[in-house]
Amino acid sequence: MTVREKAVPMPQQDPSERVGNFDEVPLGYEREAALQEAERCLKCDPAPCIEGCPVGIDIPKFIDRIKREDFQASINTIKESNNLPAVCGRVCPQEEQCQEVCTLGENFEPVSIGRLERYAADWEREHGTVDNTVEDSRAGKIAIVGSGPAGLTAASDLRKLGYEVTVFEQFHQPGGVLVYGIPEFRLPNEVVEREVENLKAMGVEIETNTVVGRLFTVDDLLDGNRVEKHDAVFLGTGAGLPYFLDLPGENLNGIYSANEFLTRVNLMRAFKFPEYDTPVKIGGRVATVGGGNVAMDSARTALRLGADSSMVIYRRSEAQMPARDEEIQHAKEEGIDFRLLRNPTRFKGDDGRVEKVECVEMELGEPDESGRPRPVPKGGSEFDLPVDNVIIAIGNSPHPLVPRTTDGLETSDRGTIKASSRGRTSREGIWAGGDIVTGAATVIRAMGAGKTAASDIHKWLSNGETWK
Amino acid sequence: MRKIVKKSKVGDGVWEYELEAPLIAEASDPGQFVILRLHEKGERIPLTIADTSLEEGTITIVVQSAGKSTIELNQEYFEGEAIHDLAGPLGNPSEIEDYGTVALIGGGVGIALIYPIARALREAGNHVISIIGAQSADKLFFQDRIAEVSDEVIVTTDDGSAGREGFTSDALRDLLESENVEKSWAIGPVMMMKVCQEVAEEFDTELIVSLNTIMVDGTGMCGGCRVNINGETRFACVDGPEFPGSAVDFDLLAQRTEIYEEEEECALDEFLEGESK
Ligand SMILES: Cc1cc2nc3c(=O)[nH]c(=O)nc-3n(C[C@H](O)[C@H](O)[C@H](O)COP(=O)(O)OP(=O)(O)OC[C@H]3O[C@@H](n4cnc5c(N)ncnc54)[C@H](O)[C@@H]3O)c2cc1C
Ligand SMILES: Cc1cc2nc3c(=O)[nH]c(=O)nc-3n(C[C@H](O)[C@H](O)[C@H](O)COP(=O)(O)OP(=O)(O)OC[C@H]3O[C@@H](n4cnc5c(N)ncnc54)[C@H](O)[C@@H]3O)c2cc1C
Ligand code: SF4
Ligand code: SF4
Ligand code: FES
Repeated sequence: MTVREKAVPMPQQDPSERVGNFDEVPLGYEREAALQEAERCLKCDPAPCIEGCPVGIDIPKFIDRIKREDFQASINTIKESNNLPAVCGRVCPQEEQCQEVCTLGENFEPVSIGRLERYAADWEREHGTVDNTVEDSRAGKIAIVGSGPAGLTAASDLRKLGYEVTVFEQFHQPGGVLVYGIPEFRLPNEVVEREVENLKAMGVEIETNTVVGRLFTVDDLLDGNRVEKHDAVFLGTGAGLPYFLDLPGENLNGIYSANEFLTRVNLMRAFKFPEYDTPVKIGGRVATVGGGNVAMDSARTALRLGADSSMVIYRRSEAQMPARDEEIQHAKEEGIDFRLLRNPTRFKGDDGRVEKVECVEMELGEPDESGRPRPVPKGGSEFDLPVDNVIIAIGNSPHPLVPRTTDGLETSDRGTIKASSRGRTSREGIWAGGDIVTGAATVIRAMGAGKTAASDIHKWLSNGETWK
Repeated sequence: MRKIVKKSKVGDGVWEYELEAPLIAEASDPGQFVILRLHEKGERIPLTIADTSLEEGTITIVVQSAGKSTIELNQEYFEGEAIHDLAGPLGNPSEIEDYGTVALIGGGVGIALIYPIARALREAGNHVISIIGAQSADKLFFQDRIAEVSDEVIVTTDDGSAGREGFTSDALRDLLESENVEKSWAIGPVMMMKVCQEVAEEFDTELIVSLNTIMVDGTGMCGGCRVNINGETRFACVDGPEFPGSAVDFDLLAQRTEIYEEEEECALDEFLEGESK
């Protein structure tokens, strides 16, 4: 039997159409396409792809079940290791993880593991039965702080083990970056809402509007002071604090952090203003500064809100852009204008509104700590770009509120919480994982950290072993 | 969902609410605020915690009709009903110590906002002088309550319909000329705070202001509330909302509150149109 060299393509919305709406861009496989793609898997044993997946999904098995058209068995297999498959199938950087090490990829295109995962998850949403019954089989109450992928995963695993679990979230809606950051056209909030509903059906309590560190502290949770006493706490508070460039003129009107811009649009649904009350002011010529997923999301969102033009200003070249290739491709198809090897030096505007970004040309020098060539400004090459809005998407730092209000919780120079490979922090009974430990990373790594911590919490509570 | 336990009108376009929020009541200190969202399509609006009751398990907010959301709350939400979301306490508490003599200047809705700070300062042993001002007599409120927690109260109105004619900053100048005031707080419109700071500077006395920036999350995650403090960018929601007036770039503050002027008008028009149908 011969193997198709190329992956079965996934249909997607036409670029000219999709820039006018917030609907999903990739439309997902149809049944036939999924079966064809599943056919390509070689069922390797041992399977390198499993190693490549941070949560260790049994990939050949779930693909095989698709091939046999036993979709329920397929999704059940995935869910043994991953409680958010509809999310991961959409936003995982598969090309750097499971698919990068796929055996088929040595000679041909690797199996589209992510697309198949999405297919199984979406099939379940439409046709499947989800069994959410969980017994309170174990004594022990666990508090989870933060409802991003790290927190939701830890909550799910601990609940399945039979613990009582409560998730505390500061926003009015759970999901973390999945709902406030990543746009609808890549990950509809409805997908996340559904996963959260499943968690609730399992008996996980979710307390929104609860700012831990202000309303009560992590110590209160452990001591039972003013709130119920918990036996363990998992911190999944994420890296939500936006960096700015610290350049002159950065506080002019019309300049957003990507966090503010995306939160207004995704969480507060400003794209439906005035039906929804939160406004967003974007239009004309929009420039996004940065080269990661967040920058791509911002630039593409701006276009959908009616910007005349949307450009990305990045200080290195395309090869060094941290965004997923697929996102860069999608952005290009939609007409995002990439101004590479350029870096802003100041923002100008009379009347309090930004009118120009002064940029300098850059060239690539010796590699820096990150191993990427260091961008160096070319003296005297400054020039002005006329703009109406600017979005700063140069990264986020860890949220300091919980470390600041929890005595003895050790942090690094970068403000991340120090945790062992099992997620244990410097404080007994407190685990941490996800972006708050690694700095801004990926959904699946955050989920992996939530999983590891959940199993370690279980071990600690059942064996009573000493901390550290 | 948070129940409105009590609602009463305190002045022209200004309403007071007691909201069921036992944990927030316990956790909050003077100077802190909450963020509320009226309904599923609502925006998140910051409002200062004007009072708390541990017995009732409530917090008090005082809301001035300014635009769509505040008008909607004041016109369409009644006792016994619920608002969708309430998060807090947010921001840093006021620094309460025994300073000696202190002055508290409240303009407009700021009158309600100085109340908890004045009370705490009084309890800490200060001699509290409150200056409260509004455009006209019918816009004044909370006079009794401010009097309860102050040793002296000075009332000003722009048109002289109550108290002395003029601005709160004029009263502050007169006060500083005659008394030795250790520290002052000014809370109200940007322009009022700016001018009060200029007066405080003349007399070389410390003045604290509370910055009413536009906010989204209120927890440091968006940077929409950024202000310039001593030349550096700070977030009003987590680094403030109180800052020394001498450090604040008031012009930038004023400029940034205008970002959504057109959208605010549009939202309000739509709302009022819906109302009249
Ligand atoms: C725009 C954007 C696009 C991205 N695209 C991708 C992508 O395509 N693929 C990918 O893999 N990754 C992507 N990422 C990164 C990924 O989303 C994050 O790595 C991941 O969400 C981290 O998960 P987390 O659970 O650690 O934290 P978060 O998702 O940040 O969740 C933390 C939660 O904790 C809450 N919280 C914080 N402090 C408190 C407190 N004191 N009390 C209560 N609650 C609190 C926050 O409100 C938040 O809900 C993207 C990120 C952004 C911003
Ligand atoms: C920390 C803090 C505490 C506050 N406490 C109170 C309070 O106790 N009582 C009270 O009545 N108001 C308070 N405010 C102001 C209140 O949040 C705004 O009046 C409200 O958000 C306006 O919403 P709106 O939809 O009704 O009006 P909009 O249509 O949004 O705006 C109407 C007018 O209000 C201004 N405005 C918009 N948003 C804000 C904002 N966040 N802050 C200040 N002005 C704004 C606009 O520039 C415009 O002139 C506080 C603001 C902050 C930041
Ligand atoms: S979770 Fe991510 S890494 Fe794991 S199999 Fe799915 S797409 Fe690949
Ligand atoms: S490595 Fe590729 S071909 Fe092999 S089992 Fe995994 S997905 Fe299939
Ligand atoms: S309101 Fe978002 S950072 Fe202050």
